[in-house]
Amino acid sequence: MQPLLVWPDPAPPDVARVLDLAGLPWRAVADEAAARDGVWSGAVVAADEDPERGFAMARTLRRGDLAVAPLLLVVRGTQLADLDGRHDTFDDFCLAPAHPTELEARVRHLLAAEPGLALEPDVVQYEALVLNLETYQAAIDGTPLDLTYMEYELLKFLASNPGRVFTREILLSRVWGYEYYGGARTVDVHIRRLRAKLGEEHAGLIQTVRSVGYKFGESRWGS
Amino acid sequence: MDHQQDYVLRTVEERRARLVRLWFTDVLGQLKSVAISPVELEAAFEEGVQFDGSAIDGFSRVQESDVLAFPDPNSFQLMPARDGEEVTARIFCDITRLDGAPFEGDPRQVLKRNLAAASEAGFQFMCAPEVEFFYLASDDPRDPQPLDSASYFDLTTYDETSDIRRRTIQRLEGSGIPVEYSFHEDAPSQHEIDLRYADALTMADDVMALRMIVREVAMASGVHATFMPKPFEGVQGSGMHTHLSLWSGDDNAFHDPDDAVGLSATARSFIAGLLVHAGELTAVTNQLVNSYKRLVSGFEAPVHISWARNNRSALVRVPVPKKGKEDQGTRLEYRALDPACNPYLAFSVLLAAGLAGIRHGYELPEETTVNLFESGVDAPADLGRRLPANLAEALDAMERSELVREALGEHIFEWFLRNKRAEWGAYRTHVSSFELNRYLRTW
Repeated sequence: MQPLLVWPDPAPPDVARVLDLAGLPWRAVADEAAARDGVWSGAVVAADEDPERGFAMARTLRRGDLAVAPLLLVVRGTQLADLDGRHDTFDDFCLAPAHPTELEARVRHLLAAEPGLALEPDVVQYEALVLNLETYQAAIDGTPLDLTYMEYELLKFLASNPGRVFTREILLSRVWGYEYYGGARTVDVHIRRLRAKLGEEHAGLIQTVRSVGYKFGESRWGS
Repeated sequence: MDHQQDYVLRTVEERRARLVRLWFTDVLGQLKSVAISPVELEAAFEEGVQFDGSAIDGFSRVQESDVLAFPDPNSFQLMPARDGEEVTARIFCDITRLDGAPFEGDPRQVLKRNLAAASEAGFQFMCAPEVEFFYLASDDPRDPQPLDSASYFDLTTYDETSDIRRRTIQRLEGSGIPVEYSFHEDAPSQHEIDLRYADALTMADDVMALRMIVREVAMASGVHATFMPKPFEGVQGSGMHTHLSLWSGDDNAFHDPDDAVGLSATARSFIAGLLVHAGELTAVTNQLVNSYKRLVSGFEAPVHISWARNNRSALVRVPVPKKGKEDQGTRLEYRALDPACNPYLAFSVLLAAGLAGIRHGYELPEETTVNLFESGVDAPADLGRRLPANLAEALDAMERSELVREALGEHIFEWFLRNKRAEWGAYRTHVSSFELNRYLRTW
């Protein structure tokens, strides 16, 4: 997937954090010249700090020769009136300070609506671990891991959400789904099996968080 | 097609597995395999693989001998490839009749049925076996030679078995069978591998895979590994002490923080169930003539039907869990099992006995406080009942047991008794070296 364009540069920390946690590639640009130096799957323009330049940037990005789409505009509640007459410069907007869940949902929604754009990455990578979602294959340091289906699904879920702590119940409901009646011990059994297969050197990727659950690696954003 | 099947098919394709081994187990606990080409696998999921079961122990029926093997995608595992070898995959199968009904002669189906009964009562059954075995210089039964018995100076051979065990553990872990501990056991050339707990079905599959892997890795070094319960007179035999626990969702049903020793009423009834039915189920947990040569005083094997906390001489031991881990670690250990059992059937009868205890609210007798290992043959009478002394006694007790009949199902129950009576009959008429040495000159 091509990166998302984020304005301004440096990117606002909350926007960067949301995109990182969602595993969406992005790059901050400062001006039109930098925007021309890339191929973009969409843009997030945070106009809340400097509305004048922000609106101008959005208009620039939507000009025929650049035509970056879709475009999400972040504005303050007090600027809503300024959106009047600018509807051709953005596809959606959200209010600053944006809740991370809302910001992520809006970005995903915009990207999903884009024809021909595969939002879901077909590879999940974390350090030496690579999961190919297309072929169901996992490898660490280039050596294939011989996983069972549930081990694969569990590892995929964890590796797609690095640094987040999940309870056994959440893992059961997200990875096993409702068809499984096994109980939370099942999660421990599978975690132990995954660690065995990751091998001594990498078993530490999956950490036990005492009396809570499990965590994979570290957040891309730092914790 | 469901996701699991799709996953298995894609993995076989991506990893270019050349062969898929369909594994299943006969009534005596021997691993059987039908190998198919990967292109047949999709059809196997849909329609099963038909084969004639009449040649397989416990499968034979008078009128219908054809059965179907349906691979269980959940148990799919690529076999870690060794240098220069082609990748193969293994997958455990459920055996059905041609009309799709579970086949009564399939031990895996028997365990599934017993686990379903537990699940209906609100319990998930977890097992963690400690598997003991010997490494021998060859598989020649006339001259079994331990590898590291010669003397303790013999570092080379000692290192060899340690190295074999290390490679075995790598293979196990690579196959997703986590090993908790492994070490050299008491007797010369005797080793132990303790597995991390898992649900009973997975664990029974794993015990089957473990016996296979232990043997294969040993064989690659020209060594024979045996799970025979008592290969040598005068030293410890090989057991398969198994830790058992019941879970209700996230909660350990055996743990009660308000109880003086942390044992729930459920745990107490479960233990009582094991003790009440221990005699009846021993033929299943200890199925060989040879098994009973291990169950004697003086070699750390249980003889009396008793329970105790942290007393290794009892049949059922309740280990004291690590401090702060009581809620997770409370479990009990059944110490009679030996590694030559059929794990599907053994776990089935243990579970059935424990559940009967819970269902009928059996009273748990007082725990044993004396060390039964030291009490010897002339143990005080109040120690209570003993485990069967030989296979014949065990079979008599089993034959009278409604519980074992129900747990195993009519088909396996009858077949097992018939087969084992024949084994005892053959043994009974055998003239042993013990008799020749003792009587030939004297009489």
